[in-house]
Amino acid sequence: MFRGLVFALVFIAGYSVMSIELLGGRILAPYFGNSIYVWGSIITVFMLALALGYLAGGQLSLRRPSLRKLGLVFALAAAAIVPLVLFAEPVMQWIFASIYDPRYGSLCAALLLFLLPTLILGVISPYAIRLLVATTAESGQVAGKLYFVSTLGSALGTLTTSFYLVLYFEVNHILLALAGILLLGGVVAWTARLPSAVPEPA
Amino acid sequence: MRLHLFAIAAGLLLAPALLHAQVVYKKTSLYRNIVVTDDGHVRCLKFSVHRHVPLEQSCIYDFNRDEMVFPYTEYAMSGVILDPHPQRILIAGLGGAVLPYTLHELYPKARIDTVEIDPAVVDVAKRFFDYHPAGTQHIIVSDARVYIKHAIAGGEHYDMIILDAFNGDYIPPHLMTVEFLQECRKLLSSNGVLVANTFSSSDLYDSESVTYKKAFGWFLNVKGLSGNRIILTRKGEPVSPAELQKQAADYPHDLGRFGIDIDHIADLASDKVDWNPDAPVLTDQYAPVNLLNGPRGRGSH
Repeated sequence: MFRGLVFALVFIAGYSVMSIELLGGRILAPYFGNSIYVWGSIITVFMLALALGYLAGGQLSLRRPSLRKLGLVFALAAAAIVPLVLFAEPVMQWIFASIYDPRYGSLCAALLLFLLPTLILGVISPYAIRLLVATTAESGQVAGKLYFVSTLGSALGTLTTSFYLVLYFEVNHILLALAGILLLGGVVAWTARLPSAVPEPA
Repeated sequence: MRLHLFAIAAGLLLAPALLHAQVVYKKTSLYRNIVVTDDGHVRCLKFSVHRHVPLEQSCIYDFNRDEMVFPYTEYAMSGVILDPHPQRILIAGLGGAVLPYTLHELYPKARIDTVEIDPAVVDVAKRFFDYHPAGTQHIIVSDARVYIKHAIAGGEHYDMIILDAFNGDYIPPHLMTVEFLQECRKLLSSNGVLVANTFSSSDLYDSESVTYKKAFGWFLNVKGLSGNRIILTRKGEPVSPAELQKQAADYPHDLGRFGIDIDHIADLASDKVDWNPDAPVLTDQYAPVNLLNGPRGRGSH
């Protein structure tokens, strides 16, 4: 049960990262176009954010890791998506007016809009590994399974967003739905009183 | 009408010739495959060879740079009927430079700015299509929407905007939304003319029509046999097909050397609502243009 929930959470996080990344192209296009460097900016920022998130997640996992705290990370990720809906327009207007070169304009906009939510989503994987690993011997296997589930989520997030979601919904509605699902995941993790798979560290 | 029949006959004669065209240049650019072919009579720029998609291309005659090869480029000239004396013209999408070349020949004093996203296309237009902008003509390597936003911020205005940035395989979604068209409208001078060369089918045809209607209030369709569609509109009062025909009859320049029959183009113009007015408007938030135009949306129209 505990394991199942952690895997489900990791799947949702993986799904959200790639869904947001794809929508990022749509969000930036009206101000910075569809040139190849706009995608370059977006992918750079997502990779950078995930790198920092992994680092932060690993560090956080040292201090009394718990499912409740992981729930809190989900709630924070949900909260970090909301500004995309509320402030993306004025933020891009401001950057467009201040930076003429659309390469650096799109890089700046991607940093301001996507660094924080993606960084928080990046925290989840290493933190979840810590929650599931009981012995050194199985650590590689657990990490492998988590990457598998998380990346499968990313694949599905990419596919469904580009094939179907943009066909039926507005960009902001998809973002709000993602925030809602992440928040729900957070609430479930926070309230679930499940016996941990790993003995709680003293 | 005779000219039009001639164009069809020329097209039929050309078809087999194009099959035997030699590839003179090939390049995979950042955005697409670029192929330049020449069969000894016609030189063409093709963006991609795809079985199910109408081959979008830009061609010129080797020994007669002036005459247009394809009807859709003639129709794209329809804007001059509404404004016979444009001072500033903006073209989005360079291709083989047929439109900037022709407009410059016709209006040597007009400032003609062409926005092209792909530097490799600019290179090809200069090397293989003999387009060497100088003086009043400029090429800007940029995304059209980014350029238009900057031009608005800089307080600029154009008398005519021609959108020719779509190829058969892929439509940039951010160049088909109501917000983009409103920006184009803002960039037009009072009574400025907008011409869009598109080719959409079924589902996208409906949404595209509804979106142009919303941004400009009205437009005329100019459709020939090629499957292309030219949208013609203007800031200001609607123009009926009858008025357009009248203005075409008064058009001051002779377009014969370009192979353009302006009266015929005006005859093709229609204000008939041949789309579903309840189709969703395309916005920056909702613009699944390639999905609507793709396999799901492709149908009979």
